[in-house]
Amino acid sequence: MKDDTLSATFQAVADPTRRTILARLAQGEATVQELTEPLPISQPAVSKHLKVLEKAGLIERRREAQRRWCRLQAKPLREIAVWATEYQRYWDESFERLDELLKKEKSARQ
Amino acid sequence: MTCISLRGLTLTEWLYIYAVIYEAMKSSQSIAKPAIITTPNDTEIRIVRTFDAPCDAVFSAYTDPKLVAQWMGPRKYKMAIEQLDVRPGGRWRFTHIDTDGTKYGFHGEFREVVRPERIVQTWNFEGMPGESLQTALFQEHDGRTTVTSIVKFERKEHRDGMLASGMENGLNEGYDRLDELLRTIH
Repeated sequence: MKDDTLSATFQAVADPTRRTILARLAQGEATVQELTEPLPISQPAVSKHLKVLEKAGLIERRREAQRRWCRLQAKPLREIAVWATEYQRYWDESFERLDELLKKEKSARQ
Repeated sequence: MTCISLRGLTLTEWLYIYAVIYEAMKSSQSIAKPAIITTPNDTEIRIVRTFDAPCDAVFSAYTDPKLVAQWMGPRKYKMAIEQLDVRPGGRWRFTHIDTDGTKYGFHGEFREVVRPERIVQTWNFEGMPGESLQTALFQEHDGRTTVTSIVKFERKEHRDGMLASGMENGLNEGYDRLDELLRTIH
């Protein structure tokens, strides 16, 4: 059995450094160097995170002369989200009911 | 050997052992075993579930509209089967109606029907992009039937979305209902 690609996606976004990288890439394409600058870790460490993100299909990488560019691949994520939310509604709306209950409890406490 | 060491037990002790075994068997029948869900590749979901009934009965529960209406999907929905033309090229369509009136429509076409072994059919969730192809294989062993369903999606994203939707509970609820139905018809 191959690795579950969905768990790969969840694992990829579970790490705060990788979320920072994704947030930066949401603003547009960036080089590995640009991605490293604001982070408190080395470039090889950033490259490792990028490899994880690429494997999960969340980013795309390309080389241009000496520069290595990264770009967000948002479409697969969006499609997964559409399917998940539509079917979640069908399977059970108890999550929504739980949300409502929690909201009520929260407002009751305040 | 066990049988030698068990010799010399009193009648009360034997009855106790029988009672324990009987209870264990009874509970193993009443506890529903959840379906085993795996992902054999990027676009498929494989679901395996065993039912305590012969192949013919389980196959009927998948193909007779009166029976399908009694188990398919989560309990809370009212099921309306508009069409179930079980033969290659035949169309099917049903609607699940929630207590608040929300309707969920599904439809598709049968591609292969081999009683009581195999059903291949397409699935569409109305209003959603993409069609899936579902193959259900029925295998009987010792009076029990294992149903292996392979659902193939057009895109990996659709497959992953389905997995992330919480399908497991809804699916198992349907299978538990089928257990109950099979107990009454078998």
